Amino acid sequence: MSAPATSHNGPGPAPLKALRPRSHGRRKAVDAAIRVFAWVAATAGIAVMFLIVWEVIQRGLSAIDWGFFTELPPVVGEDGGGLGNAILGTLVITFVAALIALPMGFFGGIWLAEFGRNGKIATGVRMVANVNMGIPSIVVGVFIFAALVRPLQHYSGFAGSIALAFIMLPVMARTTEDILNLVPNELRESGLAMGAPRWRVTLGVVIRAARSGLITGAVLATVRVAGETAPLLFTALSSPYWLQGLFGPEGFFGGPTANLTKTVYDFSGMPYERMQELAWGGALVIIVAVLGLNVLMRLIFQRGKEW
Amino acid sequence: MVGTTVSETLDQGGEILVAPPTEVAAGRSAAMDEDFDKLESVISVRGLDFFYGKEQALFGNHLEIKKNRVTAVIGPSGCGKSTHIRTYNRIYELYRDHKATGEVMFGGRNVLSSGTDLLDLRRRIGMIFQKPSPFPMTVFDNVAYGLRQHYKMNKAELADRVEDALKRSALWEEVKHKLGEPGIALSGGQQQRLCIARCIASEPDVVLMDEPCSAIDPVATAKIEELINALKANYTIVIVTHNMQQAARVSDYTAFFYEGYIVEVGPTTQIFSNPQQKQTEDYITGRFS
Repeated sequence: MSAPATSHNGPGPAPLKALRPRSHGRRKAVDAAIRVFAWVAATAGIAVMFLIVWEVIQRGLSAIDWGFFTELPPVVGEDGGGLGNAILGTLVITFVAALIALPMGFFGGIWLAEFGRNGKIATGVRMVANVNMGIPSIVVGVFIFAALVRPLQHYSGFAGSIALAFIMLPVMARTTEDILNLVPNELRESGLAMGAPRWRVTLGVVIRAARSGLITGAVLATVRVAGETAPLLFTALSSPYWLQGLFGPEGFFGGPTANLTKTVYDFSGMPYERMQELAWGGALVIIVAVLGLNVLMRLIFQRGKEW
Repeated sequence: MVGTTVSETLDQGGEILVAPPTEVAAGRSAAMDEDFDKLESVISVRGLDFFYGKEQALFGNHLEIKKNRVTAVIGPSGCGKSTHIRTYNRIYELYRDHKATGEVMFGGRNVLSSGTDLLDLRRRIGMIFQKPSPFPMTVFDNVAYGLRQHYKMNKAELADRVEDALKRSALWEEVKHKLGEPGIALSGGQQQRLCIARCIASEPDVVLMDEPCSAIDPVATAKIEELINALKANYTIVIVTHNMQQAARVSDYTAFFYEGYIVEVGPTTQIFSNPQQKQTEDYITGRFS
């Protein structure tokens, strides 16, 4: 086996020419160049994120106090106040959106991964989901405006939830499908071979094996839309007041609902120092919540594959 | 050489083909002495064809699986061994384009017919896979899975059955203090015995084993082989293996598959000592694999 290629005894094909080693210089140079490029690119990407976070912390931290979470925004030109109504509104809008989209996306994803598979319908559904994920969020906002806000003749927090749910749904479905596809088929076969029906194997074995990934996917899908502004511009709009119950002009279904992102957008453009400070504070809250939940999820499920 | 088993002969690289059959037959299998045709068949395969999409993988397979015997299915990679036994419990149906035609008679019915109750079929024909596949739950819940699926029982009965299955799988002593831990936390060999416990807990008639030892170490393999010997008193076992020594050690009858055809079936001792077909002989002497 290790005999030099030139040794040749007996019959058979003619001997091969001896192997000539390549020079190492070029390979090492290319290696070094790629290494430097990768390092620079990675650093640049991470640096941008740190710059943003640093800037937001610097400018926003001073706005954060107890009142920031509990008080209404001040009258224009005055001091004090907070974004309590916007924080509450964002929580409610996002929660309702998650309530609508996560179960639908979850079961849709299960269907794609376990039942539809590579059938024609599943391929179509998957394509539509992929296209929907690529729709700019402002378009979703305008769509819900036309479909819900205009017919009802008023903006509402609920319309905002629907818009966010519209964005979450395909994300959740595709995430669920991708995660379920990571569960090896042997596990499905083992479950079925025990004489369990398909739905039981899916819920009791496959989903359980993928649970950490599924929970992470659901939280990240929720957190992602919690930071959206564009879908709320034409739906939830904004409000200087507290959310007042469900119906009525200040209720969740009945009227414009304050929310963090739109408020940050509005206040950041105002020529008043306090309003700008509050906007930075709002931005900080959003970033901390989104980053915090991301990191938290990774920490909780660091063990990764549990099954 | 008297008293030498086939496996030892093979292990020593002995010239098994020249060894007289009678000497080799002095091994543990009594299969040479009994009349194959008079034994009760649990599964009778007749004219079984199998297709992966348009590609045919099995051609007119005929095979009798005898009650309380271990039947080994051997042959080179890709010859259809696993494909064949995967028709017995119709597990291949997980995949859309896999199709089987012909007869797999079990309990007086053709399991391939559309009226078969798959859940009951799979309770009666259990399966162990190549890779240990404990469910993502505790050791106890793993073993209780089939019991809960198929039988009504109270907690005490369930606990008794789980303990009994673990004992019969030679795993109880190792896990009796770990019943609440995840099944995945056990070692590979223990996981495979856990899967065997899970399978036999719901009292199947037949246990199919699809290369059950190929993903675990030799010590764990020896334990599983011992277990197979113990289990055959109560169960009919079909084991697919690419390890010929293993087939020789554990089985009573052997079926040799080649390119989707069953080339030869017979008592294991005969297949290894005095094969009737040229292809079988070439395979077991290692002329191809």
